[in-house]
Amino acid sequence: MSQSTPAPASEQAAHSPSVTPAAAPAAVPAPDHGSATGGRVAASIRRTVATAGRVLAQLRHDPRTIGLLIVVPCVLLVLLKYVFDAQPRTFDHSGAPLLGIFPLIVMFLVTSVATLRERSSGTLERLLTMPLAKLDLLLGYALAFGALALLQAAVAFGLTLGPLGLHVSGPTWLLFVVALADGILGTALGLFVSAFAATEFQAVQFLPAFILPQFLLCGLFTPREDMQTVLRWLSDVMPLSYAVDAMNRLTAQSGVSGLVVRDLIVIAGVTVVALALGAVTLRRRTA
Amino acid sequence: MVNFSGAAASATADAAARTAPAPAVDVHDLRVVRGGRSVLKGIGVTIARGTVTGLLGPSGCGKSTLMRAIVGVQKVAAGEVRVLGRPAGDKELRHRVGYVTQAPSVYADLSIAENLRYFAAILGVPRDDVQRVIEQVGLQGRERDLVSRLSGGQRARVSLAAALLGTPELLVLDEPTVGLDPVLRTELWDLFHALAADGATLLISSHVMDEATRCGHLLLMRDGEFIADDTPEALLARTGASEIEAAFLALVAKQSPAAEQGSDARLSDQPEPVKGATR
Repeated sequence: MSQSTPAPASEQAAHSPSVTPAAAPAAVPAPDHGSATGGRVAASIRRTVATAGRVLAQLRHDPRTIGLLIVVPCVLLVLLKYVFDAQPRTFDHSGAPLLGIFPLIVMFLVTSVATLRERSSGTLERLLTMPLAKLDLLLGYALAFGALALLQAAVAFGLTLGPLGLHVSGPTWLLFVVALADGILGTALGLFVSAFAATEFQAVQFLPAFILPQFLLCGLFTPREDMQTVLRWLSDVMPLSYAVDAMNRLTAQSGVSGLVVRDLIVIAGVTVVALALGAVTLRRRTA
Repeated sequence: MVNFSGAAASATADAAARTAPAPAVDVHDLRVVRGGRSVLKGIGVTIARGTVTGLLGPSGCGKSTLMRAIVGVQKVAAGEVRVLGRPAGDKELRHRVGYVTQAPSVYADLSIAENLRYFAAILGVPRDDVQRVIEQVGLQGRERDLVSRLSGGQRARVSLAAALLGTPELLVLDEPTVGLDPVLRTELWDLFHALAADGATLLISSHVMDEATRCGHLLLMRDGEFIADDTPEALLARTGASEIEAAFLALVAKQSPAAEQGSDARLSDQPEPVKGATR
């Protein structure tokens, strides 16, 4: 204690014992403080899983959100089926791409709002003062919402391929994999975009700003090869285009083509890039 | 506790640094600019380990910004902040510093126990630590309650409990007693002193001046600068005031001319009140 003013004796007496090193037993190093890389990876995985568990626990306390997440895409698919009641081929054409688009849109929206809440509630600031790597947090979110996307895709598939009678030539499991990859891509994009939203209103506005252009250019309304060159280029760099391409290929052809695998790689690649960018935009120090 | 000026004094400090453990907090010439406005104007302070230090001042004077700088989440324009011998925000400190923000930073849609179990997992502390901190803040029996159903004061205590996990060496608490009834407030201050007796260092902000008497040491802040850095008793003796609020006002009146010289806010280096203030 480097006191420049003469401190009263009482204060010295009160504080000097606790300043001596012997009386500072509070230093309890955390158990995972070891230098081994293996230990660090294990700790990182533990934190990621804990974060995913926490996000799922929050959802469990909010059954209405889960209900909406599961039911809304199904209702829309039923609507689509009966809108095109007279042209069953149109439902085959647009139903499969929508199976990939819905998870992306829904997960994008839920994730960006959830992350924004984390920022505005101050819990993000608390977490960033704790030994939590930014990627642990993002992967935790991706894991939790990925699980939700899995559930949503399973229900939507059961409905469309069963009662609604969607006809698909390719393997169903691969269709399911593409839908799941789309859901996780939506989560990753939502995590990234939420860094640019200061309020929940803005976060919701990012849906039309960020997703609807992709929706228009993804090939759902017009085949991508028929578009003007500039639009075609734009369409080529938008991840949703690959989601729809993959779905279209799977509906039209039986067997697994190399192009479907390429589409999946693009989706996975964009997911990884979006997560990495999300980690970069997440700052421990803010103004 | 205030920085020395002069070579002899800093030599003494260097010698002390070699023998004693580094102070809990060591701030040098800290400047923070937020939105074009200078929020901290080059302040310096040293906080010894095992002490309870009150950070007092009117709303908006820079208390929270200083606390954010100490826990390492504040962008800093200039100056140095060292915590437990390491640069503020250092990876190694994330296990050793507990931080409570002004607004309770816990998940409203989780129960008390779910919140604390999550933070315990992030810190890597054993699960039974959760029950310990719940009892420390007096919330036992409420573990399964959703935070959104709690009162403001209860939420603040959940937030405090999260900061107590893992027994951090330094606790930075931003207005932890706001909205609490007098009984609870007394209990929490008893807890703070018990933690300090166990070796922890506490920095506690408040804009309620009457809490100042519960602190071993006081930092009075105004407009991004310290106007005092002393024990409550010494402060009262020096200003001749009967309570801290009056002392604060007296200091504002007396020290303003000195503060305007831009001298690093080392005001309490002058034990004598400034005579003949021109206001």
